[in-house]
Amino acid sequence: MSRDDQGILWEVFIQVKAGRAYKHVGSLHAYDKEMAMKSARDLYTRRNEGNGIWIVKAEDIVSSEASDGEAFFDPSNDKVYRHPTFYKIPDGVKHI
Amino acid sequence: MENERKLEEFQQKIDANIKIEPKDWMPEKYRQTLIRQISQHAHSEIIGMQPEGNWLTRAPSLRAKKILMAKIQDEAGHGLYLYCAAETLGVKREQFLQWLHEGKAKYSSVFNYPTLTWADMGAVGWLVDGAAIVNQVSLQGTSYGPYSRAMVKICMEESFHQRQGFEIMVQLAKGTKEQKQMAQDALNRWWWPSIMMFGPHDSESAHSNQSLKWKIKRESNDELRQRYINKTIEQGHHLGLTFPDPNLKFNEETKNYDYSPIDWDEFWNVVKGNGPGNKLRINHHIKAHEDGKWVREAAKAYSEKINLSKKTA
Repeated sequence: MSRDDQGILWEVFIQVKAGRAYKHVGSLHAYDKEMAMKSARDLYTRRNEGNGIWIVKAEDIVSSEASDGEAFFDPSNDKVYRHPTFYKIPDGVKHI
Repeated sequence: MENERKLEEFQQKIDANIKIEPKDWMPEKYRQTLIRQISQHAHSEIIGMQPEGNWLTRAPSLRAKKILMAKIQDEAGHGLYLYCAAETLGVKREQFLQWLHEGKAKYSSVFNYPTLTWADMGAVGWLVDGAAIVNQVSLQGTSYGPYSRAMVKICMEESFHQRQGFEIMVQLAKGTKEQKQMAQDALNRWWWPSIMMFGPHDSESAHSNQSLKWKIKRESNDELRQRYINKTIEQGHHLGLTFPDPNLKFNEETKNYDYSPIDWDEFWNVVKGNGPGNKLRINHHIKAHEDGKWVREAAKAYSEKINLSKKTA
């Protein structure tokens, strides 16, 4: 690799406020964790967008393949009993 | 056959407004069009910092200077969001920069015009950012997921840019005779370049039809241009300034403002690199890139050192 590179790719996740889930907001280039964190703050939270940041090296993320998506998620389709609407509850029963 | 079936499925997804994500199958031409368009968009944000940077040290007040710095910082951020979106298509950041420096990649020609007075900061914010917003609001609906998400984020940040520009125009237009003249001069110089930002007419636009079919673009150049003109003329009336086009008038039938023919020779001349600032902008970018080389090298060496000490510890 040439010396004049742009660092490695990191994915950035932000928590909008305490109690919420961290959500992917974008990516950035940096050479190490510390620099990635400072860049993420400058790049993605200039307007109080959040109070928490997670950063992950893009190469460390394991993701499902778009091409085998249908087959991969298929097992959930035949388990309708996982949904509350599957169950019959007698009329008049409340708060369930 | 296999490709034909894939292409058909791809178009069905597009027609159903399902966003395309980086790992999804896409036609090579779709990928290439996006690489060209998104990187061009990113370069525009980055090169666009230069005409504004020209006024940083001479902003007329501390308030104006702080605002201008925040705006330039936003432009850098927008460039980075867009480079990241472009990179998801399989081209490295270094490559995009190399294409820019070699003149193989373009950026918006409007940034090749000089910013001669402080009023230009007003006109650039009001007109150039105003035109960019019309385009970017439309692009929020683009079919490529990472591009669309970058656009949503950019649009949220961009409206302050146009407002701060308009505020400068208001201050000057309501100021002394000389200030008003300065504002009028800036409007005279920036009006036509801002109109040209939307690119050639639909009948002349090389990439338009396929891009609309694939929903890379959601509206044509002329549609976007007309929307920009309509809303900007009305804003201009509040300033008491005149637009440099004697044929600008409201057409009761079409409910649009009619305008004079655009000087396309001027447009193509600047696109081809002969504008007042083309060489200056690229040379400055190359110099900044080269001047920053030691920083990148130091940062990389430092990261290697940290990794090494962790392994041996």
